[in-house]
Amino acid sequence: MLGPGTTWYVAVAAILFGIGTTGVILRRSPLIVLLSLEIMLNASNLALVGFSRHFATVDGQIFALSVMAVAAAEVVVGLGLIVAFTRRKMPLDVDTLTELRG
Amino acid sequence: MSNVLVWVIWLVAALACISTGVAVISFTNPFYSALSLIGNLASLAALFLLASAEFVAAAQILVYAGAVMVMFLFVIAYLGGRADAPWAGGPRWLQLGAFIVGAAILVEVIVALATKTNGGLSDSEELARSFGSPAEIGRLFLTDHLLAFEITSIVLLVAAVGGVVLGMKSSAEDEA
Repeated sequence: MLGPGTTWYVAVAAILFGIGTTGVILRRSPLIVLLSLEIMLNASNLALVGFSRHFATVDGQIFALSVMAVAAAEVVVGLGLIVAFTRRKMPLDVDTLTELRG
Repeated sequence: MSNVLVWVIWLVAALACISTGVAVISFTNPFYSALSLIGNLASLAALFLLASAEFVAAAQILVYAGAVMVMFLFVIAYLGGRADAPWAGGPRWLQLGAFIVGAAILVEVIVALATKTNGGLSDSEELARSFGSPAEIGRLFLTDHLLAFEITSIVLLVAAVGGVVLGMKSSAEDEA
């Protein structure tokens, strides 16, 4: 097969997943946390596609497409929550949104 | 395409992917972060194409870089795109912990790769020409993976209903 092997795909996926994790923990704005989540989901998609190529079966790509649909659903609910926060004049800061803390 | 050309395009796309990923989490303006994420998704689509996942690459551009990111930008514009300094707020140990956790996951995957594969996964045989084509994906979605296809439709329906419910004007809001 042409181009880099599976190891390269998994390495880039791991780096992207690390970047996404750092963003989710580091950033305070729920919008950026959602964007970082998208990076993590896409890193998993890249690993799925890489292994799908490795084993020469399309099942991994089917999984990646399902992940894409779930990510779209997650964005709808996440953005809906953020808009609802704003309309209730709640602060957009994951540190101060502690009303449901046990 | 020659092997060298594929390597060059792959490496450029991978570097673009990683640098735009870092840009997403380091910009203070969420608008720029979202724009960087579009670059990230587009370069990922290039990687998908080189892994002969043509349909996934097309769906990535259409669904992600298109529809999802337009919604993100719309909401950010609606909220006024107020700046949020990445290193403002939050205890100091949390910021340090974020980098440690990110690095730990990276090291974990690299160690797992190195120990389990003896320095590189061996590539499988040549792929068929139809591998990853829309026809192949569509056939699998309607035969072997029909359940996943149907569950996906229910997930999207639930998300649409959830979006409407979250967007409705509630009575608590009227009192406030």
